[in-house]
Amino acid sequence: MNIVTCIKQTFDTEAKIVIDNGQVSTQGVNLIVNPYDEYAVEESIRLKEKNGGEVVVVSVGGDKTQEALRYCLAMGADRAVLIQDPALEQADNLGCAVAMAKLISQMEYDLVFCGKEAVDDGAAQVPSMLAEKLDLPQANVLTALEIADGQATATREIDGGSEVLEMKLPAVLSAQKGLNEVRYPSLPGIMKAKRKELKVVSLADLELSAEDVAAKTELVAAELPPARKAGRVLSGEIDEMVAELVSLLKDEAKVI
Amino acid sequence: MDFSYTEEERMMLQMTRDFAEKTVKPLAVESDREHKFPRDTVEKMAALGLMGVTVPPEYEGAGMTNICYSIAVEEISRHCASTGIIVSVNNSLACEPVKLFGTEAQKKKYLADMASGRKLGCLGLTEANAGSDAANVSTTAVLDGDEWVINGQKIFITNGNEADYCILIAQTDKSKGHRGLAAFIVDLDNPGFKVGTLEDKLGIRGSSTAELVFEDCHIPKENLLGELGKGFKVALVTLDGGRIGVASQALGIARAAIEDAAAYAKERVQFGKPIANLQAIQWMLADLSTEYDAARLLTHRAAYLKDQQLPYSKEAAMGKLMASELAMKAATKGIQILGGYGYTTDYPMERYFRDAKITEIYEGTSEIMRLVVSANILR
Amino acid sequence: MSIVVFAEQRGGALRKITFEVISEGKRLATAAGDSLKVLLAGDNVSGLAEELKKFGPDEIAVVNSDKLADYTTESYAGVLTDYVKQENPSLVLLGHSAIGKDLAPRVTARLGAGLVSDCIEINYDGGDFSFIHPIYAGKAVATYKVNSAVKIATLRPNIFAMEEAEGAANVVDFAPEIAASRTTVKEVIQQAGDRPELTEADIICSGGRGLGNPEGFDLIEQLADALGAAVGSSRAAVDAGWRDHQAQVGQTGKVVSPNLYIACGISGAIQHLAGMGSSKCIVGINKDPEANILTVADFGIEGDLYKVVPALIEKLKEVNG
Repeated sequence: MNIVTCIKQTFDTEAKIVIDNGQVSTQGVNLIVNPYDEYAVEESIRLKEKNGGEVVVVSVGGDKTQEALRYCLAMGADRAVLIQDPALEQADNLGCAVAMAKLISQMEYDLVFCGKEAVDDGAAQVPSMLAEKLDLPQANVLTALEIADGQATATREIDGGSEVLEMKLPAVLSAQKGLNEVRYPSLPGIMKAKRKELKVVSLADLELSAEDVAAKTELVAAELPPARKAGRVLSGEIDEMVAELVSLLKDEAKVI
Repeated sequence: MDFSYTEEERMMLQMTRDFAEKTVKPLAVESDREHKFPRDTVEKMAALGLMGVTVPPEYEGAGMTNICYSIAVEEISRHCASTGIIVSVNNSLACEPVKLFGTEAQKKKYLADMASGRKLGCLGLTEANAGSDAANVSTTAVLDGDEWVINGQKIFITNGNEADYCILIAQTDKSKGHRGLAAFIVDLDNPGFKVGTLEDKLGIRGSSTAELVFEDCHIPKENLLGELGKGFKVALVTLDGGRIGVASQALGIARAAIEDAAAYAKERVQFGKPIANLQAIQWMLADLSTEYDAARLLTHRAAYLKDQQLPYSKEAAMGKLMASELAMKAATKGIQILGGYGYTTDYPMERYFRDAKITEIYEGTSEIMRLVVSANILR
Repeated sequence: MSIVVFAEQRGGALRKITFEVISEGKRLATAAGDSLKVLLAGDNVSGLAEELKKFGPDEIAVVNSDKLADYTTESYAGVLTDYVKQENPSLVLLGHSAIGKDLAPRVTARLGAGLVSDCIEINYDGGDFSFIHPIYAGKAVATYKVNSAVKIATLRPNIFAMEEAEGAANVVDFAPEIAASRTTVKEVIQQAGDRPELTEADIICSGGRGLGNPEGFDLIEQLADALGAAVGSSRAAVDAGWRDHQAQVGQTGKVVSPNLYIACGISGAIQHLAGMGSSKCIVGINKDPEANILTVADFGIEGDLYKVVPALIEKLKEVNG
């Protein structure tokens, strides 16, 4: 079973956001594999361990993105491909999906796995866009997955519950927290990762033009959210504080 | 000079930081309070390859550098110094001497067992009358046919109560003084062995510190590690490497104290502003951070030299001396910054304080470190 | 020009988010001088048009087909794409709900358009729309422009006010060819209990590591009962196995914006604040005087939650009779 797993390198979730000239500054920020993508990588590796085949991790990014891909190789993926091109630096989600879909369409695969969304823009666009560009069925936000005889049975989180979907492979799936517990790369895994193939391809290599990935959306400006007004810590005996709180919620905030 | 990490060092840092935060940290308080050895964590660390970081893959180790090893011990000790020393002892004091002095057969069996984490190791050196004066060992090993017969007691042995194998330093010829010492690999599943007193300690309470008692303990003749008469050298070389581990443990404790103190100083408001705005606090943190970097660079230099198979004894002693005294200082200042809260068990600062102290003592006291450094300068 | 809203229904019932999206669509259509058109798709859903009329659309296009009985991406994507191609609107709006998140990017890719997800504000400046979308789970707020002819956006639930309005509300049939879906829905599992969905709830009571043990959530449940609230959790409590991950609020959980968020035994890590910082009113209950949540909360109570929360429940019962 051959699996293509798409990942994005994102800011560490502990990162403090600094705005520089209307854009989010990347200065000194620790970069990680997007946590939801880690669930996808983990699930892909488990499926490979069970069924054989290979896991190829794919990403769009710059030089630093190689670290994220290498991390996935250390977890147990077999090889990696990075799509790197100046024309992709301002690309939006659709542009990235177009580039990855073109790459994936030239590979042999049974499954494409993604994280349900990236923790940076939180857009949750790429998996469905990939599915569209590859003309495949999709199942997003999965908390459980079974694969047998070329068929996937996937449990997808929906508002207020979940639903179980069935589809024939190949398909595009996206992982939610809870799908599995992500392994750490072992030390031998880290050592092996150094010798695994990490290929860098450009848009030209994929026979795509800058036009094909041109951004339709543009982040014009980012700013920090307005700071919350300093609140009030109540004082007194518990009964007094509770009574004051209830009256504040009722009469001042008018939320109960 | 190149101060940047290699890719594998970066990954090691990320992985161990993550692992320590999620797996080691949640157990640290209970482990300390209940004197509880973190068995499950040790198993998880074994699965990741952390029990034999620098051991070559042919003996089931990870085959990584000593810098990677130092990073791992620091990251783990950042959240639990007890867990840090368990790793350090198995790597430096148990695996390392077998790796350096063992026969191929010893490596295939004992080194592979310990590096993979299937078995846990310890070093049996210290005795009631042989601490810093390691040559004064009185435990004896007498050859009887195809077996060595061991008699004596070892004390303050880290991992002692939990270990499966012991690298033991014993006297085979008392008349020769330290030239009469030899090293042995003892499988502790042996009727001639028992665990004596378990120490109740100020700090690193999650680790096991035990007395080892050998009474007519028979071990195979081929379990002599290295040559007869070279036991003192095995001990000294082993301790040199161990000091990189303890220095790294101390760095972890120091960083914990500094990070926690800084975080607290930013939140704690007195006189209408965070105490981090007070220069008295700023200078404390500035000094500690500077010394932390210095100690870390010293420690990594020692690890680098060891990786290059260059002499590193003096450098390791410098690293351990500076890192351990910094750990103590950082925890002391840390409590000062937290004030009354720092003195309570509501915050881990008091644990850092208790854990830090041992780093100035074991695997060579600060005084011995100064002796090693000065001996290198004045010879 | 027109603005198209996709009306979300599941099992023949319209969702609250639909009314929020139509209300915002109406405001934007009025500002831009566009007409507002709503696409209502499903199996036997014509009856739902009445409810939609109240929010002032100019037209409601209804598609009925047994192929649309369950929500499936491919069938619905075909219908919405066909409708957008027919109407050629300037703007297409969906909810940032499970369905909207799944559908919008697929349709966007098919149309080769631009999509801004999870908007908390959309502005029309006389010539163009700008889209406000929180990034890094609310640690920053970004303004986006879209340069495609059809612009697509999904709107965060619980942010946009529902407002009734006047409109022609012509109901028309729309009968595209409906593509077969390669996925089939085998089972739909509703969460037990009648608590509101976290992202739609007006009030959320959340528990964290400070509860000390999983049973502590019983108390949070009781508080939630007293308020008709949803129950959330910090990541620490989820990681400890005390609560299902579906309850997690924060950067790697759900982003919520209720009217009232009560955090009990939650320290207020930056990732958690990112997930609930847009709540209208925040109450923090924590025994640690240095806990970050007490700084962020509109109203903080420093104290043992096991004493404060039961007293609060009693008081609420008393007040509500």
